[in-house]
Amino acid sequence: MHITLNGRPHELPDGSTVADLVADLPHRGVAVAVDGAVVPRSRHDEPLTEGAAVEVVTAVQGG
Amino acid sequence: MVELTGSAANLTIAGRTFGSRLIMGTGGAPSLEVLEAALQASGTELTTVALRRVDPSARGTVLEVLDRLGIAVLPNTAGCFTSAEAVLTAQLGREALGTDWVKLEVIADEVTLLPDPIETLDAAERLVADGFTVLPYTNDDPVLARRLEDAGCAAVMPLGAPIGSGLGIRNPHAIEMIVEQAGVPVVLDAGIGTASEAALAMELGCDAVLLASAVTRCHDPVAMAQAMRHAVSAGYLAAHAGRIPVRRYAEASSTMVGRID
Repeated sequence: MHITLNGRPHELPDGSTVADLVADLPHRGVAVAVDGAVVPRSRHDEPLTEGAAVEVVTAVQGG
Repeated sequence: MVELTGSAANLTIAGRTFGSRLIMGTGGAPSLEVLEAALQASGTELTTVALRRVDPSARGTVLEVLDRLGIAVLPNTAGCFTSAEAVLTAQLGREALGTDWVKLEVIADEVTLLPDPIETLDAAERLVADGFTVLPYTNDDPVLARRLEDAGCAAVMPLGAPIGSGLGIRNPHAIEMIVEQAGVPVVLDAGIGTASEAALAMELGCDAVLLASAVTRCHDPVAMAQAMRHAVSAGYLAAHAGRIPVRRYAEASSTMVGRID
């Protein structure tokens, strides 16, 4: 399955979920949007679809 | 060392009280170690962070610093040019950080970084409707400040000058007008370069000052953080002390009665 992850092409096994993408990241301070909408942690086990545009963001120094 | 205590020190926004009237940003610091020392020296209890794509190679995080210091986190929407971008960024901040507070920042261009008033107001309305506590970065425009308050914002945060410019407060009269009409806290946000300007913001009647570059990009961030802490306290005290009127000519402080011949 091909998706776009943080603006770059990314390949994943079919049936992969948001949870798979963020498995190695800390819970606090990380959020995910798919196709322009936030995916709350409670829905991270839903499978991604072909061509999804995924943004994974975290808090950084700023402002 | 003069420190404000009790209610004079307390900044209340949307029912939440902070024991410092200095809100800090975290951008521009040369390292997390310097940032941590400066934040501690500033005495701040509320500090902004930005949301950016995850960098797997990043070492340490700003959140670890804030958690260690017990400072509340205020996610911002820095870098957004449209209402839609800002709303999504605010929603990501809420999901990432578990707070519905957001410093709303929608800029018009990369040269001035001035707030886009149309997009800012639109985003404010959407975010308030979505349950956010919205603290908008805004122009030093009393009319726009009023419109943002009418939209349900929890504070208004007019700029003193463009972000990172260190130009101070270019239009003190406009800041005073915003303060006079505001029914929500006014936070002077952006443009501060040195301590006297932070004091001036408070003397103009602002409830708090938000700054980053003045501390994080100066030669000695810890010293400047201390300076800002005292400047905000000094300005607040002066603003509420009932200053003497300005006169065109001198008024002797020593009595003329009883002079020797």
